[in-house]
This record gives sequence, structure tokens and C-alpha cells, in this order.
Amino acid sequence: MATYQLNVNGQTKKVDVDPSTPLLWVLREELKMTGTKYGCGISACGACTVFLNGVATRSCIVPISLIADQKIITIEGIASDPVGRAVQNAWVEKDVVQCGYCQSGQIMSAVALLKATSKPTDTNIEESMGGNLCRCATYVRIREAIKMAAETI
Amino acid sequence: MRAATKMKSDLHLNRRSFLVASSAAAGGLLVSLYLDFPVLAQEGRPPAKVYPPDAFVHIKPDGKILITVNRLEFGQGVQTSLPMVLADEMDADWSQVVPELAPAADVYKDPVFGIQMVGGSGSIAHSFQQYRELGAKTRAMLIAAAADRWKVSPNDCRTENSVVYGPNGKSSRYAELAERAAHQPVPNTVRLKNASEFRLIGKRTPRLDSRAKCDGSQKFGLDLDLPGMKIALVAHPPVFGGRVKTIDDKQARSLSGVKDIFEIPLAKGSGVAVVADRFWTAKQARDLLRIDWDLSGVELADSSQLWTRFRALVRTPGNVALKRGDENSINRIPAARRLVADYEFPYLAHTPMEPLNATVRFEGDKAEAWVPSQFQTMDQMTIAQVLGLSPDKVTFHTEYAGGGFGRRAVIDSHVPREAAVIAKRLRGTPVKLIWTREDDVRGGYYRPMHAHRVEIGLGADGMPAAWRHVIVGQSLVAGTPFEAMMIKDGVDATTVEGVVDTSYNIPNFHVSAHNPTVNVPVLWWRSVGNTHTAFVMETLIDELAVRAKTDPIAYRRKLLKPDAKKLHAVLDLLDEKSGWRKTLPKGHAAGISCHECFETAVACAVDVSVENKRPKIHRATVAVHCGLAVNPLTIESQFQGGIGFGLTQLMGQGAITLKNGRVEQRNFDGYTPPYIGDVPVAVDVHIVPSTDPPTGCGEPPVPVISPAVVNALARLTGQRYRNLPLAQI
Amino acid sequence: MTFRREATMLANHRWLSPIFLLILVSFVTSIALSTRANNAYWVSSESGTDVPAREITPRMRVPPNLAQGLAGWDQVYSVLISPRCINCHTAQNYPQQGDDRHRHFANVIRGEEGRGVPALRCITCHQEVNADSTGVPGGPDWHLAPLSMQWQDKNDRPLSSAAVCGQITDRKRNENMDGKALLEHHSEAALVLWAWNPGRRPDGSMRTLPPLSHAEFVNATRTWVEAGTPCPRGR
Repeated sequence: MATYQLNVNGQTKKVDVDPSTPLLWVLREELKMTGTKYGCGISACGACTVFLNGVATRSCIVPISLIADQKIITIEGIASDPVGRAVQNAWVEKDVVQCGYCQSGQIMSAVALLKATSKPTDTNIEESMGGNLCRCATYVRIREAIKMAAETI
Repeated sequence: MRAATKMKSDLHLNRRSFLVASSAAAGGLLVSLYLDFPVLAQEGRPPAKVYPPDAFVHIKPDGKILITVNRLEFGQGVQTSLPMVLADEMDADWSQVVPELAPAADVYKDPVFGIQMVGGSGSIAHSFQQYRELGAKTRAMLIAAAADRWKVSPNDCRTENSVVYGPNGKSSRYAELAERAAHQPVPNTVRLKNASEFRLIGKRTPRLDSRAKCDGSQKFGLDLDLPGMKIALVAHPPVFGGRVKTIDDKQARSLSGVKDIFEIPLAKGSGVAVVADRFWTAKQARDLLRIDWDLSGVELADSSQLWTRFRALVRTPGNVALKRGDENSINRIPAARRLVADYEFPYLAHTPMEPLNATVRFEGDKAEAWVPSQFQTMDQMTIAQVLGLSPDKVTFHTEYAGGGFGRRAVIDSHVPREAAVIAKRLRGTPVKLIWTREDDVRGGYYRPMHAHRVEIGLGADGMPAAWRHVIVGQSLVAGTPFEAMMIKDGVDATTVEGVVDTSYNIPNFHVSAHNPTVNVPVLWWRSVGNTHTAFVMETLIDELAVRAKTDPIAYRRKLLKPDAKKLHAVLDLLDEKSGWRKTLPKGHAAGISCHECFETAVACAVDVSVENKRPKIHRATVAVHCGLAVNPLTIESQFQGGIGFGLTQLMGQGAITLKNGRVEQRNFDGYTPPYIGDVPVAVDVHIVPSTDPPTGCGEPPVPVISPAVVNALARLTGQRYRNLPLAQI
Repeated sequence: MTFRREATMLANHRWLSPIFLLILVSFVTSIALSTRANNAYWVSSESGTDVPAREITPRMRVPPNLAQGLAGWDQVYSVLISPRCINCHTAQNYPQQGDDRHRHFANVIRGEEGRGVPALRCITCHQEVNADSTGVPGGPDWHLAPLSMQWQDKNDRPLSSAAVCGQITDRKRNENMDGKALLEHHSEAALVLWAWNPGRRPDGSMRTLPPLSHAEFVNATRTWVEAGTPCPRGR
């Protein structure tokens, strides 16, 4: 066990965990922030996506010992970013979600895309969102929502 | 799940049901519906006698209207669409409606299946009438309350948006009337709206759970947190049915936070439970276990051996499922007009995004459970049985689920069972049992592998004159309480559905099946038998159309029985909406399919090219006949999504295989479902306008997509693809 | 240094000097002519004048000959085409993974700079060090080798020894690295070193190492560099 001071959504949080614990489980179990999801544990599905110093990162495979003071943004905090708000609003407007379990990760990935490419093409969308799994296959509406969000930013 | 009976369109619940009204302790009107009619699926089972104070409708003093939904919400949108139905008849202010998922209780049973469950695409189909009546009766009682207060006739009152309006400008909000309404008699009969009066039903209505699912606040079963809760993982035998011989847990126990490690019985065989404070500790501890497994007497299922066995079986007649006409006529058709087609389909895993989980707390004389469950009645019963309680002593909460596709409706309730066994030992402590993704991919309960052999004899007109069809695949229900209902003359109905009930007019039609026993647990996978049967039928029909040099839609129209109303309607609508088929660029081809299941007909056209040796689907156009479309927006989503789900079957790594008893895949890296690039870029959905009773949309999208794509590929490459998963093109 | 000593010796043997000079000049010329025209054999000294490579070795040993150089290359090649190295030297827009070198899962792709695309960068998953507890390899600035450094064909088959050698000695394609730079790259570059510390897979097993130890790889590289980075014939 070791103590870590984390910067999560702009707040300082102290946790006491095994250094090998992935950030995902620290968020979910120590900080009770369950918006970031466990889907596979091997970074194949993207449900665990957070931002680490602005970079979309799959938290299920990053041990807490590697985080240090990097700024963590989760789905719970993405609304403080205008791009985040635009994406969430587009998601609701377009009725994207079905079961919804993957959508935290989808939204974080979409925000990362739009912050890098404000007017993404179909190809940009397919490439950047290409690693986020949705078993309900809401992909058609995800594409539409990203394009809608791009127009409002 | 396949519907055991056809939903009767004139089912009047008011003849054999009554509403009981009561006042909630904190004020408000509670309305429950007591169902007391025999259910065909439950012959011999006594009718529901108990109804809990929990309601279907609860009007709160602040005007909020809580509507309890007797279903799991796992993506299909039912927490919006069933409340729409009730709120419409009730003339409720939609902006005040808050849905809740019903806990397990008799009053929430599926009216057709007779147990509380979600499956068989039955959420709307089976509860549409029920929720209409609930809404209408609630409205009647609110009017009666207003009329009573104003001393006017109820006939002089009308309702709109949670307000009762009386003569002379009088009005009262529902919230104000709720208490008085609770003391009104419940009407035996009630007038339901005409379709022209619907304000919500039939309108594209955004989901009520969207925002919470977009900001991280929606809680799923896996997100549950209770004071003192522990996490449990189970080490399962590497071969189904294996048993623990010895456990070396010294290293595992040395991890700080590990609470307990012990052997537990499983539905078959035994495993080792690891209980810890945190998921990561439990996982590390489980990884450190050294278990010796006893595999004596356990069949080591092996895919290559199973194929040898299935290929031999499929060449012999099975138990007869359907016999029509002269089964020997095929032998008299000249060889030039006969074809033989062999198909092979692998095991498929469901892999819903939310890993399987169940939380149970055992208090000795009662228990509480939280499960994202498709099978509440069965799961509750299993937990009760494990804990030595009667089911009514188990408070069973239905959690929101991250997908299901059939995986959360298991006859042996194996996941809640594991949780209950562990909770029993840790009495007083809530235990959250989690299956990791690896547990899920390797843990069985797959869509079974199947072989088909079809012999077709064509008439001189190019239409089938004789058809002999043998199917090999494990039974889903043999040896379970569902056996009596679903196995007839040695044939599991789910093995042959989609073939025996085809609307194609095939004379001299002979269908038989083998249901071999294999040591691999199997389960219904969204659309069940139709997953493989529709693929066979629709690719063969397409092949026959090509041979007859006939347009694929025209050929189907000709071959369908004239009274296949829904299928004709969707083919017409598809034809109308897919004019793009005629102007495809070079390198593209169109593929067509149609199929009816769960009483909903679907026709599909896809625009496909080949990119990087894989099919690239540019567009899908879908025509649907599902009777009255309650929420066309959700239906559109279900078809866009269901098609994507169906493409699991075509993925290059879309197969579960076994070697020497062990599943070879581990996670999404080895069993890979469709990502965004694998599904159509655009899907346009068209619903045939209808006032027929609504039929389901959960499963009907799935069977049509794979054959449509493969039919398009056939036109591009000249090859027929009969073995799935689809190898490189 | 040797040259000056010999010049001094010559001064003391006037009658031998013309013959010796002739032999010496022809010896030096023949070496210069037999070496490939990429001056790897000629290494710049600190003063800026080119001196024979053998002069920078502490002991005055004979430089590796062509056969030895090619043998050194064979060993270097065997490492370069082993999975830990070649998986990031693809000809496609994707990396590979595993000893069977299958396409990396989750549809990750190269992107313009070999670092992935927005939302799916290499560093979305790969951190600065291996994450053994979760089975993800890591190293500083994890990224793909540029397409100019592809060691496979479009069918994901490793290129021939001659082709790979040609490529990594071509300063127009190899980021302008000469022999010394190549040796330094093989000795010290972080992502190269990673191949010998590749971490654990998700199932806990250690990833397979290249066929030579790092020290052997460096020695083979040095031999090959000192021989003038010769390449085998063929395509």
C-alpha cells in the first residue's frame, strides 16, 4: 500500500492503495466515481477512457504508481469543458445512448477528437472512435452526434 | 427468448384483473394491478396472489409521476416507452414522469410468459395493453375524485397534462387529487383512447435516461456500493464441469485486504471464491491461486472433434420438425436442378459491455439482492433456494444493465447463484460478485455451434419444388424446466425456428434436427435460432434468385405466401426506399434479405464493397413492420443498433472455439465484436404505418444483416460464404 | 599513429622506402576501393579529418573483414526481424503485436506522425515504462518507426536481409544515421533497449526476448559497422 495525491477534475484527492492498482479502480472504488467503466481490463474497449494531462488515456491499464501529479479529467468533470458540454448535449439531442455503459468512454474519446480536429471528417471519426466498443452498436448515432457537436463548437 | 404464445390482440385484462388503490404513507396515489388470468406458458402454476404496496403509478405531492416498469432496461428503451403508454392514457404531464425499474414481485410478471423477465422481444408486445389499462384506470379515478370534490358528473370533466378540468372553469392538478383518488373505487372497465387521440404513443420521444448516461451518474449493477460491501471473484474450472481437487492459496492469502478464500459448488462442478476489500486485490489474489482441478469423467469439448461429429450427423436424418408434401419428391428432380448446401456456424459469446455481476446480502431470515437481471423471477428463486428462504423473503432489486442480449437470462441463474453461495458464508456482509471479461468470454453459455445441410430441388420455373433441411445444434432447454414447453418430438423448437415457420411457399418441405449433447453450456443469443436459420434461408433464396435470373426482391415476392402480410409490406417499402441500389458505383454491390421473427417482419438492403479484404458496408436501408410503433425513435435506434450487433457473426474473430475442453479465446483481443468501422456508416429505417398491436423490435434486426451483406459479397466476388465467421475476402 | 610510426621507420631504411611506400599506398587504396561508398569505414575524428576506423579502437586490432562484417549483419538482422523490434516497423498503417505478429487490436493506427490519432494515440495506453500489473508494454515516447523504416512488405512479411540492410544504411531513409550513429542507436536508444525488457503480458508471462542478448547485439553491430556496414548481395 502507498499513499498518492491525485488531481481529479481539478480537486486534490488522497488515496491509499497498492501501487499496481489501475487508475480505473482507484477512481471507482477509492473515490466512488463510477462514471468511468470497466469493460475489458486490457484497453481493448475504451469504456475506461479518462484524460491524463489532456491526453485520452485508458485508465484500466495505467497503474496508479505512474500517475503522479498529472491532471485527471473524468466523465464526471468533462462538463466543465465547453467541448465536453457540446458533446454531451449533442449526445442527448441525438438520442445516442441505449444501454449507455460504453458512453462515458465514447464521449471522452469524442471530446479528444474534437479538441484536436474541430471539423472531423467521416474518416477522422472512424479512425479516432475506432477503438471504442459499443455492443448495442450505437455507432451510427455517435457519428451524427459528433458532427452535430462540431457545428456547435 | 422466443415467445411461447402469440399475443392475442383482443386480450382484455379488465375482465380478470382489478386495480387496488391505496394511499402511500407520505401521500399520493398508489395503483397496483393484480393479474389473475391463466398464462399458457405456466400451465399448472397458481395465479399471482400477492401484490406488494409497490405501485405501477405513484403521483407524488410535488407533481412528479413515478411509473414502475416491469422490465429490465438494458438498452431497448423500455424505461421510456412503457411509461409513454401509461402516461398517454393517463393524460399525464410527460415532463413530470420519472421511470423506475420494478423489483421482483408477482405483480410485475410478464403477462404472457408468466414470469418476470425481459426477452422474446416482449417488453412492449406483452405489456402494451397492460400499461394502457393502468393509465386509463388511473385517469378515471382522478376524474372521479375531481367530480366528487366539485359535486359534478365525471362526464363533464376532461383531462390534459396532469390537470382535471371541470365545468365552470374548475381545475385541479393530479397532485392535489391524488389522495382523494386513492379512495375511489377502481373501475372494472375503462375506455381506451383511439389512436387519433394519442399524444405520446407513436411520437418520436427522446429517452428519459439519456442525460444520466452521458454524465456518468447512471448507476449500473457493477457500480453498486454498499456500506461494508466486499468484492468476490470466482476461479472457474478450465473445463466446464471440472471440480476442485486441491487449492494452494498461501500466496493469495498473503495479500492485504483478502478476506476469505474457499471452494464453492457451481451449477456444474466447483470453483474457488476469493473475497476481498477491493476488486484489484481479489483479482491479484485469484491470479495467485494454484488450483489442481479434477477433470475425471468430464467431457473435453473440442471444436475440431465437434465438427467431425456434427458433419457426420448432418448427413443423416434427424428428428422430424416439419413434414409437408412428399419427402421423396426431391429424388425425382434431375441433378441439374438440384443443389446441396452445407453451412457451419461457430459458438458465439454475447459479451455485453457491462461484465456479469450480482450483489447479495444474507441476513439469516431474509436477504436482499441487486442484479441487472433479465430473469428476475428465476434469479430470485435461485437465491432463495441457495439461502434456504422462501422467495418472498428475498428483496430483489432490478439494476440498470449494460447490455444483455440474452446473457442475463440464464435458466440456472449461475451468476446470482454464485453470489448467494458466497453471501451465505459471509452472513451480514453484502457481497458483490463480479465476472471479469475473461470469465465472461471463457465462461460458456454461448449461442451453440450449428451445421445445416440443405438439399433443394428446383422446378422448371426456378422456384423450389422440394426442400430437405437437416440442422444440428445443441438444445437450449433440454434438462431444464423449460423442456416440456419447447421440445416436441425430440426437437428443440429454437433449433428450427426461422425454417419451420418460414413464410416461403415451399412444397415438399422436410425439416429435421439433431440436438447432440455437448459439454458446453449454451444459451439464447439475441434472436436465438433465427441467428443461423435466417442466414441459411436468406442466402439460399438469394442464390436461387440468381440462378433464376430474377431480381432478389421480385423472387421473394413470388415465393412468399400471399398472406404473409407483414413480409410483403416490408419488401414493398424496402423497394421504394432503396432506389440507390440501381445507381451503385463500381466496386459496390447491393445485398437483400428479409425475415420475420417475434411477429415482426424486416427487410434489409445493404451497399457493400470490399476494403482491406473485409466487407465495407456503406449503407443499410431497413423496412420494418412491427404493428403500431410506440416510440419510432427507439425503434429506429434498435434497428440501427441491432444490425450492428448482428454483424458480430461476420467478424473475422467472431467465434468461440475450444481445444481439449478449454476455450481458446480470452478477451476482446481474441473474440472481437464490431467496432465503428465494421458496421454500416449510415442506416435508414422505415416503419410501415400500422395500427396493429405492437410487436417486438429487440431481436428482429439481428437476423437480416449478415445474409444481406454476404449476398452483396456474392455479387462482388461470385463466391457464396456458408461458413462463419467470415474469413478474409 | 601507425602511419607516422611507419613513416619514421621509413626514414631509417632509405633503400626500402620506395618499395614500402608503394606497398603501403596500394594497400590503403585497395581498402578504400573495396569499401562501399558510404564512408562508414571512415569515421570523423574530433579534429575533423577522416581517419581509418581502426584508429579509434583502443587496441590496434585488425578491423573485421567483409565476411565478418556480413556475419555481424546476419546477427543484427536476426534481431531486427524478431517480434519485439519488427512489430513497430510495419509497412502498413498499423502496428503489430505478439510473437505471431498479428495486427494490433482495437484498430489502433499509425496517424501522421506514427503516434496514433486523436483519442487513440499510442500513449493512450502505452506509458513511459512497462505496466506489468496490467500487461501493457511501455517506454519513452512510444510510437511507430516511420514508413521509411519499414522492415516488412505490404503482406506483413519481413523483408530480405539485403533489403533491410539497404534501408537502414541509406542515410536518406534512416534519419541520416551513419555507422557510428547506428551503433549508438543500437546501444542506447530507449525503445531499442525496451526489446530486452519487454515486460509481462496480461496473462503474467514474460514477453519473448530477441534471439541475442543486448550485449551480443551491440557487438554484432559494432563488427558490422567497423567492417563498413556491408550488405549482402541480392534484393
